[in-house]
Amino acid sequence: MNQFKGQTLSWELKDGVIELALHRQPCNEIGSLTLEELEKFASVLEHVQSDAHALILYSTLTSGFCAGADLRELYHGAQGMEKQAAVRGVREFLDRIHKVMNAIDSSPLTSIAALNGVTFGGGLELALVCDLLIADKMARFCFPELRLGLIPGFGGIPRLKRDLGNAVVRDLLLTGRSFNATKAQQVGLVSQVVGEGESLKVARGTAAQLGKFDRRTAIAAKKFIKPIPYEDLRREIDIFCELFTQPAVEAGLKKFVESKDAQPYLP
Amino acid sequence: MTDDKKTLEEILNLAAAQFKVPREKLTADDDFFKTLGIDSLQALDLLTRLEHHFNVELPDYELQGVSDFRTLASRIQARL
Repeated sequence: MNQFKGQTLSWELKDGVIELALHRQPCNEIGSLTLEELEKFASVLEHVQSDAHALILYSTLTSGFCAGADLRELYHGAQGMEKQAAVRGVREFLDRIHKVMNAIDSSPLTSIAALNGVTFGGGLELALVCDLLIADKMARFCFPELRLGLIPGFGGIPRLKRDLGNAVVRDLLLTGRSFNATKAQQVGLVSQVVGEGESLKVARGTAAQLGKFDRRTAIAAKKFIKPIPYEDLRREIDIFCELFTQPAVEAGLKKFVESKDAQPYLP
Repeated sequence: MTDDKKTLEEILNLAAAQFKVPREKLTADDDFFKTLGIDSLQALDLLTRLEHHFNVELPDYELQGVSDFRTLASRIQARL
């Protein structure tokens, strides 16, 4: 299948490049429907990779790349459930999303995240599976999970640890603050900062450049330089599920979902 | 013009231009969420533009509860 148009995302394979476009309003929050469509994408990915050399992930929405997990779905889904059943549901969701993330992370294709606007929580985790992050100057990055009594659950901490210095990881995680693309480039999170609205165009140019190289060499280089931190990833799911039973989490989610605060995205 | 006033003036000019509000309708003590008619995502957009304009880093927890231009200006001025 060389193209797909879903409710939350679409993809197309053209000239050796697969473009995965996120388009779920308001800001590509990742809930069960997005997960199903990502799983569909992951299952197709292994079959089309012989016809492609690069993968680009981007958002069609001006609000941003992705605001993270769909917290409203998470909160409402857990309501009325026994604690243990809710944790089982969360663990199942995390196992499934990790499988998708790991498939993209370990894909032989060179992957590029073309980022704009809000790239928070699960959205940043999705970007972190990519080999190259290209951000427009209005992109903003954040792990706000601690304000909910949680840690990132889609593989964020192990992948941040893999890619960045531990001081930056602690700053992002423990303060919950967001920072802009310039700062993200300074700390090594993104490789290129481009003009507003230009990240997809630059990603396409970069993908065209990647097509000039011998695939076997590119695959060997990626495999050598970008190990998948499987053990830490599994541990992250365990810690997330342990924390999910805390009363602070339900209170944090409730506060977020019911918030009429003008700044709900500001940690 | 003092540095504080200059910073405030630049914020008001930038906000008016970005959100297409006549500059003369904005005053220092306005609640910018109401006056500009912006939501939280647009507030982040404004924050990013201000960081670029003034070449400063503004941790967003410092802006929690800040909704008027004057206080915003003082937070930025403190980092210049």
